[in-house]
Amino acid sequence: MKDLYAWSAIGLIVFASTTGDVLLSYSMKRVGDVGELWKRRGALAVIGRVLATPTFGLGLMAMGVAFYSLLFGLSWGNLSLVVPASASLTFVANAVAASIFLHERVGRRRWIAALLVAGGVVLMAV
Amino acid sequence: MTFRKYLVLAGITVFSTAGDSLLARGMKDLGGVSLHHLSGLLLAILNPWVAMGILFLLTFFACYMSALSWADLTYVLPATSFAYVLVALFGHFRLHEEISPTRWAGIALIAAGVGFVAAGPSFTPARERRDSQSAPRDTVSLEVKP
Repeated sequence: MKDLYAWSAIGLIVFASTTGDVLLSYSMKRVGDVGELWKRRGALAVIGRVLATPTFGLGLMAMGVAFYSLLFGLSWGNLSLVVPASASLTFVANAVAASIFLHERVGRRRWIAALLVAGGVVLMAV
Repeated sequence: MTFRKYLVLAGITVFSTAGDSLLARGMKDLGGVSLHHLSGLLLAILNPWVAMGILFLLTFFACYMSALSWADLTYVLPATSFAYVLVALFGHFRLHEEISPTRWAGIALIAAGVGFVAAGPSFTPARERRDSQSAPRDTVSLEVKP
């Protein structure tokens, strides 16, 4: 039963942090190259434009949900299960979500990179 | 990719690593914080290690948002996962923690993944996105381009 709780927390962490990353990435693509904007309009324009993007706030909220699910996951499961399992699954889920929702071209190179990193994270925690 | 952009990516790895380590160091001073005494979490900000850690994590977030404004999510995430390696190496050389062969193998896999993605393109141009109608608009470069 405890395992079930831990794995549902892991599922929630992966879902929430992938949603957050996709929303934040979408927002920043809408804002455009921050460096260019900074040079032309100054720092306040950058901050203003980021905060005026509605999906940015949603992304932050999703990240908050991911953080609290991590805290609850840690109270049910071991640190050595919850952290690496959620981190490595998030890499794979992000690759899938970015190709579907952000229309990023996730070619063979990026798939291999995501899987290598996901595998490496698991090995480092064993 | 300019040199400054590589610096931002390096900033993501360094600031997230340093921020997490500082937070961990500070929370050790405070001892366990239970869910029933959440006020302990508010007072934690007064600890100098925790305050520094939060400052570093805010800098990390600024670098991360900046990188996402000019690079794909599937590029930024693997490229900055080097932070896991940094934490392990920091623990090994500064805190004299033992690194098992499995962990060394994990470090090698992550390093290989970082190299793989960093050697490829960092951005999917809008016209190459499969559905450019609903793809995010790059408003600044539309403004900036001569």
